Amino acid sequence: MTTRTANPVSGPFVATRNACKLCTPLGACLAFAGVEGARTILHGSQGCATYIRRYMISHFKEPVDIASSNFSESATIFGGRDNLQDGLANVTRQYQPAVIGIATTCLAETIGEDVGMYLHEIRSQASPDGPALPPVVHVGTPSYCGTHAEGYLATVHALVSQLAEDGSQRDHINVFPNMFSPADLRYLKEIGADFGLPVTLLPDYSDTLDGPTWEEYQLIPQGGTPLAAVRRTGQARSSIEFTWVHGEKASAGQWLEEHFGVRNHRLPVPIGLRASDALFDVLGSICDRETPARHAAERGRLIDSLIDGHKYLFERRAVVFGEEDLVAGIVGLLGELGVHPVLCASGGDTGRLRSAIARLVPDQADRIQVRQATDFADLEELAGDLKPDILIGNSKGYWLSRRLKAPLVRIGFPIHDRVGGARLLHVGYRGAQQLADRIVNTLLESLQEQSDEGYSYL
Amino acid sequence: MSESSTTSDPLRGGDASVTPAVVREQLLRDYPAKTKKKREKQIVINDKQRDEDGSLQLPVVAANTRTVPGIITQRGCCYAGCKGVILGPTRDIVNIVHGPIGCSFYSWLTRRNQTHTPTDEHDNFMTYCFSTDMIEENIIFGGEKRLRQAIQEAYDLFHPKAIAVFSTCPVGLIGDDVHQVSAEMKKQLGINVFAFSCEGYKGVSQSAGHHIANNQIFKHVIGEDDTTRSQWSINLLGEYNIGGDAFVIEDLLERCGIELVSTFSGNSTYDQFANAHMARLNAVMCHRSINYVADMIEKKYGTPWIKVNFIGANATAKSLRKIAEYFDDRRLTENVERVIGEEFPAVVQAQRKYRPRCSGKRAVLFVGGSRAHHYQELFRELGMETIAAGYEFAHRDDYEGRRVLPSIKIDADSRNIEELRVDADQEKFRESDRQKGIAREKQGYTLREYDGMMAEMKDQTLIIDDISHSEAERLIRMVRPDVFCAGIKEKYSVQKMGVPCKQLHSYDYGGPYAGFAGAINFYEEIDRMVNARIWSRVQPPWENGSPAAESKSPLPASMAESEENTN
Repeated sequence: MTTRTANPVSGPFVATRNACKLCTPLGACLAFAGVEGARTILHGSQGCATYIRRYMISHFKEPVDIASSNFSESATIFGGRDNLQDGLANVTRQYQPAVIGIATTCLAETIGEDVGMYLHEIRSQASPDGPALPPVVHVGTPSYCGTHAEGYLATVHALVSQLAEDGSQRDHINVFPNMFSPADLRYLKEIGADFGLPVTLLPDYSDTLDGPTWEEYQLIPQGGTPLAAVRRTGQARSSIEFTWVHGEKASAGQWLEEHFGVRNHRLPVPIGLRASDALFDVLGSICDRETPARHAAERGRLIDSLIDGHKYLFERRAVVFGEEDLVAGIVGLLGELGVHPVLCASGGDTGRLRSAIARLVPDQADRIQVRQATDFADLEELAGDLKPDILIGNSKGYWLSRRLKAPLVRIGFPIHDRVGGARLLHVGYRGAQQLADRIVNTLLESLQEQSDEGYSYL
Repeated sequence: MSESSTTSDPLRGGDASVTPAVVREQLLRDYPAKTKKKREKQIVINDKQRDEDGSLQLPVVAANTRTVPGIITQRGCCYAGCKGVILGPTRDIVNIVHGPIGCSFYSWLTRRNQTHTPTDEHDNFMTYCFSTDMIEENIIFGGEKRLRQAIQEAYDLFHPKAIAVFSTCPVGLIGDDVHQVSAEMKKQLGINVFAFSCEGYKGVSQSAGHHIANNQIFKHVIGEDDTTRSQWSINLLGEYNIGGDAFVIEDLLERCGIELVSTFSGNSTYDQFANAHMARLNAVMCHRSINYVADMIEKKYGTPWIKVNFIGANATAKSLRKIAEYFDDRRLTENVERVIGEEFPAVVQAQRKYRPRCSGKRAVLFVGGSRAHHYQELFRELGMETIAAGYEFAHRDDYEGRRVLPSIKIDADSRNIEELRVDADQEKFRESDRQKGIAREKQGYTLREYDGMMAEMKDQTLIIDDISHSEAERLIRMVRPDVFCAGIKEKYSVQKMGVPCKQLHSYDYGGPYAGFAGAINFYEEIDRMVNARIWSRVQPPWENGSPAAESKSPLPASMAESEENTN
């Protein structure tokens, strides 16, 4: 299928052409999927639940079940309280969830639905004979404010601020990951265990969104952060969270520090050697231990692989796109590989991507173009002149890759034109090493394909 | 009396306890009373009765009613039906979604519609995804200015023939007048600009969006170009070119000498729509999404319509013959027979190969507004039986046939979808085509007829409209189908139960399945799915013994399994 290229018209454009971001409720659904026994209801039109399921399922290739309060035209006029009540009753009867997450859509937000008040009313009017409503966490996620990344963080914040309980300090730490892959989440738990640290990972969709085959059918996939563990986040010895671009208002770790005195460590997304070092240093300082031997060995292997890859990658030009935190993290790794990230772009608009990049690769910052609130059409116009050797980002970069004839390393969300998106590891020493290999190999494959001589040694 | 005299259980061979009534009861078991009362009318046993005069009586299915909140439905929204389904496959209209970003992103070529431009210079905007990407400020102060600017930008970028604007939920709520903005921009830019009020909360499913989309295409595009078409010219209505289906059908029609004026809307262009009223016959493929357009074109321009189906080799042959029979010309009939003759040997050969491997296996289909019916043809050709089926967004006439149309009650949700009042066009109405239709009918030819899904399904099969996620799961446990046909949302939960799921929305990245070549493709694919060894590695929920034990067996032994054991 060929596609029309645009006339040479210069922006700035008001319209978004080929978005490089998704909507806030999708992020909420991802976060709720990492809570044990949780069912999510999107408060609004049923299409939102369907579209978001469709996208999450095509990425994770796992069941993702999201209910909706199915607004009718009259509900948009008179409010969706009854719809929400019916929705809660039906979800409870069918699935007996341990917790229900409610995220609003732009419809509900536009008409000003007060979900908190509705829940209060529904609970106080509940019939004693009916099935008891489980704990319900609600989050406002109008899609005209922010992106899926904001929706994700707001939901983690809502889970903690609505469920966490005070109490005497316990041994565990909280880890609030960013929009990581299930493989990343499993690896973070492994690292915590190797330090001898009990870890509450919130959310933890490592099983729910990357499960094995089932011996018995599960109405709600097994796995996820148990409700009790979410409650105990208020009693942790400290929290670690990974974001340098999102503000403190959205931070679950910050909330716990303010309300329950749980010390928060704000780290960059741990992609690459130095960002991973920061994580291992914090873990070591929390439990006063050296980095466990096998992780130290993995660190060594990472450095070794960076050296191996360096000869192919040095001064190669990369375009990186996706969620702002992810982009910043990848730029950190690229700096270590000697790659020149000529353009870093995101549909997100926190205004902090440039400063995050400057902190991660201070010596390169002035030769990296950073674009926020951008789209793929802008990217294409910019990237064409920059002559990139490689693109790094999600599946929506396919057309860019095709037109620029530059290979695409798939990372982030969504990856719907490859299998295994859920199993891509990119955090920590091991993740950086695997991602570095993928970047090198993608480039080598493309060089080999373009080679007239057909060398098998490159 | 019941049409079938057998009392054997059609739902699960060999187990007399799994009767349709038992299955139905189990599906309804856990619902609160209010929900149960509603679902009872949508989960129906296909109890086919014959009247004394021999006419078929079918039970009523309460289709096209609003989904209960909290039920995890397959359905999408009005916007999805309008922008995603109907206008998605048209390549040279720039589609601008007016709203926050999600809706536009999610409908960005998601349906695997394909298109072929004659040259690289021709317009194809299908890989683009335009959105006004509304922000909070627009929700508060209105988004018309932003929309106007977005239309101007799209025009500057592409100088397209037409620009279409799609409203999402918040747009309807804040009262942006998309139609007024479009009309102004049409005047200003000198190209066709039109809008769709397809907010997601309208209607009960995608079906409302199909209607809104088709109404606007009818109002704003059809009839714009009066170029005359040949005596054997048709439109194909309700074919969306998933996986290249339209290419197969286009090729067949061309070889038969039948001129295809337009397809609504697979591999389509604006100009084809504009000229559609000049075709001599409308052939309706997906009855659900477009039968009303066939009616409206007939009223306004006089073009008669027939129902066709190009899914299934026999159905394809039948449809081609039906078109030829309408035009009633010896040369055309010869052409059609020659093409069928050229295609059929390969079909028969494939059936010989795959039938023994698939015969006797059972399928269930829960998809779309026509597909759950059409694809039963292909399973029949493989010797497979459809034991339960249902649509995602169809109406009663798609289940029970068009004869129930007068008795369908209009509820509040349907009333909100505009029904166009159409009269004969004083200048463009072709009386000759109307007369031809009347003459053909007098000779016994059937126009405007669709008997629906249930008439073709066996007696005592199960019909489930708008199946919910938990119902699907229970159904699988009880009836243990060999293949479950649905979409990607269902795929992985079905497969967790050890049952292969064939995606009939996007074809699992395969296709085409239309026509003769498509049928062969489908046979191969179903054979691969139902006979794949991998399913022996998954323990279905109804088995606690052998497969799981087997999956733990050492590799060499399992590799030594004979073909027969896995089939």
